[in-house]
Amino acid sequence: MTAPRLELRHVTKRFASLVANDDVALTVEPGEIHAVLGENGAGKSTLMKVVYGALRPDAGEILFDGVPVHVRSPHEARELGIAMVFQHFSLFDTLTVAENVWLGLSRGVRLQSVVDGIRAKAAEYGLELEPLRPVHTLSVGERQRVEIVRALLGNPRLLILDEPTSVLTPQAVERLFETLRKLAGTGCSILYISHKLDEIRALCHRCTVLRAGRVVGTTDPTRETTASLSRMMIGAEPPELPPRASTAGEVALRVRGLTLHRHDRFGVDLEGISLEVRAGEIVGIAGVSGNGQQELLGALSGEDPRAAPGEIELLGNAIGAMGAAARRGLGLHFVPEERLGRGAVPGLSLAHNLLLTRRESLRAMGWIDGRALNAQAEGIIDRFGVKAPGPAAPAKSLSGGNLQKYIVGREIDAVPKVLIVAQPTWGVDVGATAQIRRELLALRDAGCAVLVVSEELDELFEVADRLHVMAKGRLSPSIPTSAATVELIGEWMSGLWAPPADEAAAPATGAGR
Amino acid sequence: MIQLEVRPTPSRLMSVLSPVIALAFTVAVAAVLFAALGKDPVQGLRVFLVEPLRGARGLTELGLKATPLILCSLGLVLCYRSNVWNIGAEGQYLLGAITGGGLALWVTVAEVPMAPWAFFPLLVLAGALGGAAWAALVAFLRDRFNANEILVSLMLVYVANLLLSWLVFGPWKDPNGFNFPQTASFAAATEVPRLVRGMRLNWGFGVALAAAAATWVFLFRTYRGMQLQIGGSARAAARYAGFSSRWALWTSLLVSGGLAGVAGACEAAGPMGQLTPYVSNGYGFTAIIVAFVGRLHPLGCVLSSVLLSMFLIGGELAQSRVGLPAALSGVFQGVLLLSLLACDTLIQHRLRWAASR
Repeated sequence: MTAPRLELRHVTKRFASLVANDDVALTVEPGEIHAVLGENGAGKSTLMKVVYGALRPDAGEILFDGVPVHVRSPHEARELGIAMVFQHFSLFDTLTVAENVWLGLSRGVRLQSVVDGIRAKAAEYGLELEPLRPVHTLSVGERQRVEIVRALLGNPRLLILDEPTSVLTPQAVERLFETLRKLAGTGCSILYISHKLDEIRALCHRCTVLRAGRVVGTTDPTRETTASLSRMMIGAEPPELPPRASTAGEVALRVRGLTLHRHDRFGVDLEGISLEVRAGEIVGIAGVSGNGQQELLGALSGEDPRAAPGEIELLGNAIGAMGAAARRGLGLHFVPEERLGRGAVPGLSLAHNLLLTRRESLRAMGWIDGRALNAQAEGIIDRFGVKAPGPAAPAKSLSGGNLQKYIVGREIDAVPKVLIVAQPTWGVDVGATAQIRRELLALRDAGCAVLVVSEELDELFEVADRLHVMAKGRLSPSIPTSAATVELIGEWMSGLWAPPADEAAAPATGAGR
Repeated sequence: MIQLEVRPTPSRLMSVLSPVIALAFTVAVAAVLFAALGKDPVQGLRVFLVEPLRGARGLTELGLKATPLILCSLGLVLCYRSNVWNIGAEGQYLLGAITGGGLALWVTVAEVPMAPWAFFPLLVLAGALGGAAWAALVAFLRDRFNANEILVSLMLVYVANLLLSWLVFGPWKDPNGFNFPQTASFAAATEVPRLVRGMRLNWGFGVALAAAAATWVFLFRTYRGMQLQIGGSARAAARYAGFSSRWALWTSLLVSGGLAGVAGACEAAGPMGQLTPYVSNGYGFTAIIVAFVGRLHPLGCVLSSVLLSMFLIGGELAQSRVGLPAALSGVFQGVLLLSLLACDTLIQHRLRWAASR
């Protein structure tokens, strides 16, 4: 019998008082797709960093192909044949795809051969990727493909994937799974970190569940139900969403024939976008990223005020040419897709990050009332269950999910009249996801008009009352969620929808389901 | 082989230690240089580090030298924190010297009756307007034509220098000055009021300290200060919040130019008492080093201004007492800045010994 590809024995990793991994054991066989399942903060990422050499364990042993190894750096990990695709990409925006990949390779490789290599790998695994495009023009989903291809170029024997499907369409997820199955078929082992139970059940051969740094159990996910896996992961049933019945009121946000030329060469032109969001309803926009969502969101939030004033109306005010702060003053709040750097300033404290969109703690002459600001931040931390040491913690010290809870909390707490949310639960664990969706529904029931732009169809089907699909810079007519199917939406995602019917002219038909 | 490794979190200890290590390294380099020049290192170091601190005169002279450095560096802190790379504080300083000195010259020549305490605020205002106007050119060119502010502000230093030369060689030259390029000595009433009887230290120092306090309050306690820094450190976040980047550009440059201008005016109407082509000692450039050694923090700038003043005074003393070249203080400034930047690497990184492969 051959030795396991990877074996962890008694691995423990402490950070000051926190035990991130406690006596963890894990075995991955050659060619096995092995899931590591756990909530945010359960210790999945720490464990993977230990395997990848980015962190050193305080105790325990790592065996690779049966040989004890000390992986002291990611470089050594790659030499062993371990590759990793991180949840947060490490790509230089100004360089092209090929140049980014080239940077990570040893010296003496010609750029042209990298370009060819990328084309070959991408074709082999059915990943669409143009090596000569600058990275800043790529959507999040496309950037992930760069990372995957980069990992595959090293012909790894163990590939670690951290939450890889968060930004993919259902069809693209299926394609990724085919890629991964093909890869596993060649004998490469895969460690698949996720909290998405369906995916793990569809893809993985075995599953190790972590809770609070300890292994709760290892199981065959195909023999488990979503509920039983969820119980293992969070120690309780997944929280149910409250029953829903929407009563849509007046139109709060109206976009009429919004046409906008792209900002940069690889952007998307917006063509005749029309939509309405009424008070008390949630409208969802589905679609693969890179089809104009960024451009539309910028035009709606005011970060890009180039639209003609009348093309966007907020509660009867023509706001197309207004700046972001002025729109916020009228009651329009926005949660952007990028949390660090856009939704929050990484180095600033949580309290000071309130000042990006909130002005309640300002006194005369723009004086910042530090005490009021801290109290306000603490209020949001408490109300939304953000795991943070306190209001003084810098934004970058929070995990993605917790920061998202804080940012969503910051905007919901402002009692907006219209809330626009991009990718509300990207990379957020099950508990926090349910909480954020619950908060959005509560906001809707309180009479707020909510627009959700998401790549996760499950999410949109769960929260939205009506759905649009965005493809190639155009927006489909809306359809009541109750009447929509995954197949139909998937078809619309490729830009194929019937010419505008009456439904587009009277979108209010979608209220309720 | 030594390897640099990214620290999981920036080291707080190193951010405090870094200037100390850099200073120690500079002192060590100084000692070696003294020895290489055939002087006693101990004596050389004493001239640089101890002599400037001797007695009331030494301390007040230190304060006098530090005044323009504090004022110029505070403005640069605002600029750098808002990601506006103003390299031209020197030019803004010279313009302040021209407008402030010009006002003093007018009062002198026209024999305007004037009490010193009435003139001082006018002098500060004139200097601030002159410096701010010079910086406004930079802001306008950047705002309107997207011209690089590093180049524009630097090049305007030379323009300001030539403007000053033209004035003191030409229209403003002292008719009784034996054809020297200088203006007439200013009337006594225009002199910046002294802070200590019998010493040259004047109220310009008080203005500098007040400016440091005001800058601190502005940066860390007001919404506008916050906006400025967010615009500098996280552009996408500033756009998301709706903060105006144009506002940040204009504010930081106008304030920076204004402060540098005040420094120039106080120098012209203070210790100089007239305008010459040498009204600046390179204060505007030294202030760049001050700003970084002071960790882009207003209070840090006060401390590092005093430190750099010691170098400047020490350089003069070294020349007269020990016969060392005056250029040494420039060398030490450079060594200090470079070693500081090198040490700062250790805030985000740590060194690790690794077996060579």
